[in-house]
Amino acid sequence: MSEALHVHSGVEVGHDVHHDDHHGHHHQSFISKYVFSMDHKTIGKQFLITGIVWAIIGGLFSVLFRLQLGFPGQSFPILETFFGHWAKGGTIHPEFYYALVTMHGTVLVFFVLTAGLSGTFANILIPLQIGARDMASPFLNMLSYWFFFMASIVMLSSLFIQTGPASGGWTMYPPLSALHDASLGSKAGADMWLISMALFIVSSLLGGLNYISTILNMRTKGMSMTRLPLPIWAMFFTAVLGVLSFPVLLSGAILLLFDRNLGTSFYLSDIVVAGNILPNEGGSAILFQHLFWFLGHPEVYIILLPAMGMVSEILSVNSRKPIFGYMAMLGSLFAIAILAFLVWAHHMFVTGLNPFLGSVFVLLTLLIAVPSAIKVFNWLTTLWRGNIRFTPATLFAIGFVSLFISGGLTGIFLGNSTIDIHLHDTMFVVAHFHIVMGVASFFGMFAGVYHWYPKMFGRYLNSTLGYIHFWVTICGAYLIFWPMHYEGLAGMPRRYLDKSIWQAFNQFADLDKMITIVSIVVFAVQLMFVFNFFYSIFKGRKVTSTNPWGANTLEWTTPINPGHGNWTGEIPEVHRWPYDYGKDGREFIPQTEPISASESKH
Amino acid sequence: MQTFFIVAILALGFLVTFQIAKASEYVAVIRGADKARKQTNKINGFLLLVFLILGMIGVYYCNERLAGKILPFGSAASDHGLLIDRMLKITIIITGIVFFITQVLLFWYCFKYQESEKRKAFYFPHNNKLEIIWTVIPAIALTVLVGFGIIYWFRITGDAPKDASVVEVTGSQFKWEFRYPGDDKILGKKYFKNYNAVNNPLGQLWDDPANRDDVYVTGEPMHLVVNKPVKLVIGAKDVIHDVGLSHFRMKMDAVPGTPTTMWFTPTKTSRQMKEETGNPDFVYEISCDQMCGQGHWSMRGEIIVETQEEFDVWMAKKKSMYYTSFPELDPSNKKAPAIADSSAAKPVAMLQAGK
Repeated sequence: MSEALHVHSGVEVGHDVHHDDHHGHHHQSFISKYVFSMDHKTIGKQFLITGIVWAIIGGLFSVLFRLQLGFPGQSFPILETFFGHWAKGGTIHPEFYYALVTMHGTVLVFFVLTAGLSGTFANILIPLQIGARDMASPFLNMLSYWFFFMASIVMLSSLFIQTGPASGGWTMYPPLSALHDASLGSKAGADMWLISMALFIVSSLLGGLNYISTILNMRTKGMSMTRLPLPIWAMFFTAVLGVLSFPVLLSGAILLLFDRNLGTSFYLSDIVVAGNILPNEGGSAILFQHLFWFLGHPEVYIILLPAMGMVSEILSVNSRKPIFGYMAMLGSLFAIAILAFLVWAHHMFVTGLNPFLGSVFVLLTLLIAVPSAIKVFNWLTTLWRGNIRFTPATLFAIGFVSLFISGGLTGIFLGNSTIDIHLHDTMFVVAHFHIVMGVASFFGMFAGVYHWYPKMFGRYLNSTLGYIHFWVTICGAYLIFWPMHYEGLAGMPRRYLDKSIWQAFNQFADLDKMITIVSIVVFAVQLMFVFNFFYSIFKGRKVTSTNPWGANTLEWTTPINPGHGNWTGEIPEVHRWPYDYGKDGREFIPQTEPISASESKH
Repeated sequence: MQTFFIVAILALGFLVTFQIAKASEYVAVIRGADKARKQTNKINGFLLLVFLILGMIGVYYCNERLAGKILPFGSAASDHGLLIDRMLKITIIITGIVFFITQVLLFWYCFKYQESEKRKAFYFPHNNKLEIIWTVIPAIALTVLVGFGIIYWFRITGDAPKDASVVEVTGSQFKWEFRYPGDDKILGKKYFKNYNAVNNPLGQLWDDPANRDDVYVTGEPMHLVVNKPVKLVIGAKDVIHDVGLSHFRMKMDAVPGTPTTMWFTPTKTSRQMKEETGNPDFVYEISCDQMCGQGHWSMRGEIIVETQEEFDVWMAKKKSMYYTSFPELDPSNKKAPAIADSSAAKPVAMLQAGK
C-alpha cells in the first residue's frame, strides 16, 4: 500500500514539473498494480470486469425466469440439480421466481449499468480525454471500487442464505419489503439488500465527487469546458445526478432498515399480516416510493447519459464528421439532467397521488422528450453526408440510436398519466424500459468497449465476432421486446409467472415461448462477447499505431500502452474543440494541433 | 443425456464460429487490412438497409398477429376507458409517424453514406435554423399530447358524481374482499385493530350504526350496475396491492393505511360482453398489478356487471356482516328471544376495545 501511495505522490509531482518516463522506474507489486491500484485505467478495468461478471449472473437469472414464462409448468430437472428446493421437481418455485426477478433488476440497474458502465468509462475516459495524469483523488477512486466490491460481496452472499435473497422487486416497496412475514425474501435477504445498497451508494458518491472535481479542476492547458469531448460532459452530468440523488435513496434505505429491525413506523400503518395485527400506525408506505424514485428516475439518466455521450463521440469519429450541434447536444444533456429531478412521481400516477400534482408531472415528463428529440435529430444529422465506417463500435452506436427512438417514443405513452392508468405496471412498462434504458444503454456500453478496447488493452477485439454480436443482439432485442408491448396493451401485469388462470392474459403463450427462446440465443451470444473480451486481452490483434481510429481526442496521443500518469512527457496542450473532422479537406485534426491562420472558421 | 447433447452442440457451434472469426482476421491480414475492412463495411451497410426493411415488415406482421389479442381500442367497457382509448390512439398516431420517419432516416443514411473513396464527409458542425425547427416541432406535438392528456386525466380523476354507488375493495395476500354500504349508502367506520379472521375480517367498528347494514362479500364476484357510476374505495391490509381492471382500463393502488378511490361508469353488462367478444365464458377480471408477494400472479377477482334489477335480486340475498357475526341481534332471527348474555355483551366489549 505504501508503494501505491508513493506512486500517487509521483503523479502529483508529474503534474507540475517535467519528468521523463518517471513511472517506468517504479516496480509495483502485483497487489498495488492490479488489486489495490490507484491508476484510473486499472480501476476502470476493475469496474468493467466486475460489471461483466455481474452481467452474466443477472442475465442468467433472466434466462431462468424466462424459462418459467415461456414454458410454465414444464419440468427442467437440471434446475433442481442446481437450485435444490427452490426448483423442486424442476419447476421454479414462485418465491424463487420473484427472487430471480428482483436480483435481475437490482444487479443490472445498479451493478452493471451504473457501476459497470459509468464507473468504467468515467474512470477510463475522464483523465485521458481532459488531459490529466489521474483522478483528483486516486485514493478515493480506489475506495470507490472497493466499496462497490463489498456491496457485490454482500449482495452475492444474500443469494446463498436459507430464506433466499430479497424478492420484493428491484424497487423494494414497503410494506412488502418491510414485513418479515410478508414473504421469504423479506427476511434476512432484504436486510442484506439494503446493506449492499448502502455500500453501493457510498461507492457511487466517492466516485461521483471525484469525477466532478477532476473534470472541473484538472483539465489540461487550453481544454476549456466547451472543448470537452461529449462523453466527458455526459459523465459530468451523470456524476452530478448521482451525487444529488443517491443520498436520498440512502435515507430511504436506512429508514426501511429501521422499520424492519427497530420497530419504527416510517412506512408502516394499519397492517394485519399473516393474521397478526401489527402495532404500527401513522407511517406512509408511499413515502418510500417518493424517496426511491427521487433517485430512481435520475438513475435512469445516470445509466443513459454516459451511453449518449459515448455514442455521440463514436458516431462523429466514424462518420468522419463533426458531431452536429455540439452546443445543442450540451444544452440537451443539461436540460435532461435538470428535468431528471422533476419527474419522479410519474412512477406513482396510480398510487392515489393528488391528480393536480399528477398533471404537473405529466407536463414535466413529456418536456424531457424535447431535449431527447434534439439529440436524436442531431445524431441523424451527424450521419447525414458522412463517410461512415462500420466498426463494431459504430454499429452498436447506430443500434443505440434506433433503440433510443423506439423506447423513447413508448415513454410518451407512459409519461401521459391518462394512458398510464391502463398501462401502469403492465408488460408495456417492461418492454419500454428494457429497450430504452436496458438494451440501449448496453449498446452504448458495447460501443464504448469496442471503441476504447485498443486503449485499454493495446489490442483489438475480434471484429468478426463483434459483428455477429451486434447483429444477433439487435435482432434479438427487437424480437424480445417489441411484441411485449402488445401484452401490456392487453393489460397483462408484470411479474406474473403463470397466466393460465387469466382469461384476458392467457392468449400469449406462443409469444412467450418465442421470447424465451430468443433470449436464450441472445444470452449465448453475450457469452461469446465475454469470451472475445477475455481472449483478446491476451491474444487479440495488437494495436500498432497510437491513433487507430484517426480520432481527435487526447487519449489517442498517449502511448499504445500508457503507464500510470498516461503521458510520458508533458501533458499535451489543447487548441481546438474535439470534432474537427473533414474540415478544410483534412480527414481529422487532433485537438493538440494549433489553429493555423489559413483555417476556415466554423 | 439430452442436456449433454445440447451443451455439446452449443460448444461446438461456438468453437466453429470462433475459428471462422479468427481465420477471417488472418485472411484480412494477408489480403490487406484496408481492403478487407472496406468489404465488410459494404456488407454491414447493406445489412443495415435489410434490417430496416425486414424490421418494418416485422412491425407490420407483429401487429397482424397480435392486434387481435389485445383489447381493441374503443372497446373499453367504461366511460373513462373510452377516453383512455382515444388518448392511446392519438399517441400512437403521432409517435408512429415520428418512429417511421426517424428509423427510416437513420438506416437509410447509414446505407447511403457508408464509406466510399468518392465521397468526402461534409463539414457541417451546426445550423441554428435547423436546430430551432426541430426544437419547436416536437414541442408543439407534445403540447397537443399534454393538453389532451391533462384534460382527460382531470375528467377521470375528478370527484365522483353524488349519485355514484360505493363499493369498498380490500386487498390482502392474496385475495380481494368487497364491502357494500347497504341501504344507508354509507360505509361504516373501521379500525384495523378490530380485525378478527372469523367474524370481523375488515375490522369494522360495531358501534358505528352505519356498519349495521354493510354487506361483506368475498370469494365471489363483485357485482356492479351497468350505466351507474361506481366509486371504489380501495384499501389493503398487509402490503401494497393494486386493483387493475383491464377491460375498464382502470387501475388504482391499494395501500395499507392510506385509502384511495377511483370511479367510473361500467357501460356494458357481462352478458353484452359475452356477445361482443363471442366468448360465452367471458368475465371481467380484477388483477393485482402491484408486486405483493409469492401469490401476486394468482391474485384474481371477478366482476359481474348487470342491470339494476339483477343487482337488487343478488343484494337481497346478502346478509350484513354485523348480523352474520351476531346472529342473535338479527331481527329476522325471531327464534332468539332469550338474552344470551355473554354473546350479547360482545359488541359492547369490542366497541371498547376498538376505541
